[in-house]
Amino acid sequence: MAITFEHVSYTYQAGTPMATPAVTDVSFQMPDHGYLAIIGHTGSGKSTLIQQLNALLKPTSGQITVGDFTITPKTTNAALKPLRQHVGMVFQFPESQLFEETVRQDIAFGPQNFGMGETDANKLADAMLQTVGLDSSYAERSPFELSGGQMRRVAIAGVLAMRPKVLVLDEPTAGLDPQGRQEMMALFDRLHREQGLSVVLVTHQMEDVAQYAEQVAVMRAGKLVKFGTPHDVFRDAAWLQANQLDMPRAAQFAQKLAARGVTWQQLPLTAEQLADQLAERWPREGDAHV
Amino acid sequence: MSNFIFGRYLPLDSVVHHLDPRNKLLLSFCYIILVFMANNPVSYLLIIAFTIGAILASKISLGFFLKGIRPLLWLIVFTVVLQLLFSPAGGHVYLHWAFVNITQFGLINSGYIFIRFLLIIMMSTLLTLSTQPLDIATGLASLMKPLRWVKVPVDTLAMMLSIALRFVPTLMDEANKIMNAQRARGVDFGEGGLLKQAKSLIPLMVPLFMSAFNRAEDLSTAMEARGYQDSEHRSQYRILTWQRRDTITWIIFVVVLAAILATRRW
Repeated sequence: MAITFEHVSYTYQAGTPMATPAVTDVSFQMPDHGYLAIIGHTGSGKSTLIQQLNALLKPTSGQITVGDFTITPKTTNAALKPLRQHVGMVFQFPESQLFEETVRQDIAFGPQNFGMGETDANKLADAMLQTVGLDSSYAERSPFELSGGQMRRVAIAGVLAMRPKVLVLDEPTAGLDPQGRQEMMALFDRLHREQGLSVVLVTHQMEDVAQYAEQVAVMRAGKLVKFGTPHDVFRDAAWLQANQLDMPRAAQFAQKLAARGVTWQQLPLTAEQLADQLAERWPREGDAHV
Repeated sequence: MSNFIFGRYLPLDSVVHHLDPRNKLLLSFCYIILVFMANNPVSYLLIIAFTIGAILASKISLGFFLKGIRPLLWLIVFTVVLQLLFSPAGGHVYLHWAFVNITQFGLINSGYIFIRFLLIIMMSTLLTLSTQPLDIATGLASLMKPLRWVKVPVDTLAMMLSIALRFVPTLMDEANKIMNAQRARGVDFGEGGLLKQAKSLIPLMVPLFMSAFNRAEDLSTAMEARGYQDSEHRSQYRILTWQRRDTITWIIFVVVLAAILATRRW
């Protein structure tokens, strides 16, 4: 589903003395089957922004289009329930949403809320358990006796079980070990490539942005300050520094090399791009042109 | 939910905010007695004027204040209606049906009860709006000090109270987050029949309790790791001082008290 934001603003507790604007005049477009990363400092409005995607928060002004759905400040809640099925939300530390007696029941909870029968939902739950990399022996266990990383996988399976077309991820790898982090990001990438899921990812991991995202939105103090490809965003080191954002590590390395006279056709952002460009430069031993 | 202000703190810079919390607690308590002393229109007008004056002095806008206590109005109206229907006979009877009596006394009484309730709620809302929860806890602890003589563990109670208050916003945030997550999974909170609504609370309550218990455990570990012991006498970070403005509030209060004593029907 394509996503369009048109002059979207959101103010918490609008109309009270405690009113705090969180998002101001944000406009952008994301194509169907896209992969958008949203980066920015803590408190820059990222989380507020993504909660508008399935209308957990409705904009105070402006308009959002998600596929065929249009969300304006006046849209009623009843009209939004189908939207919630299409936009799967994985919140920060999603393991805190687990509540059922068994892992299977918890994963089947979402689909059942959207009208799926129990047997079908359970079948789907078992399939989703596999998708997130847990074997079927987990299905009958209580979610509360799993490890943190496993709980998170179960929670993500619970969101995937709704068969969303857009997957919204709010720092899905926070608190995971490096291996878990990589597996998790690879899973989302696979879903994006193989099943055509649109992905919206909020993250502080610039390496993930460089490696997976097709579009990047940079938020600062509630405003969208930059929108483009990872290359557009990571090209300008001075601008990044002024906005207190890091470069991906591979790009940092490439920049240091550039300072010593190495020229790049295009600044490499990931370790692979860096390795490829370096390999082109130095002929392999045994290629023997010398 | 976001309009509901009862029990919230609104950070502003006003005389009322700067009053000693002990004083505010004592004043609120005596205010309640004052409200029950009034029993005719003139004395009620006096108290209403006093209340509005206090709200104005706190710099909280009156409109915001009234809008915020509106949800509580239903509770008051419910009580008043009960009072109206089942009050004892007296004066002119307007309606008599089975065990339901609407009488002149009942009517007047319910009117007074309505005003009393409203005033007490307004003043206690003002207390919480203008005082940080931790200050209320410190103030209460300080006021309870004499109870030490009868072996009441005042310090422990104060600690429990301030921890409880400290975690109200945290748990509210947590509840909000979990509700959002479950809403995203297709739960409709506050919709459908009573049974459906009650059922929709399970996906909220179970994770909330889980996280509250985990939090409690983490907190106790953290406190013990820093050497917290229950019986120890501990000093205060926030020292409460009685200022001149606190004395002035009592002068005003005594004046109002005298005025009410003079105008009430004996």
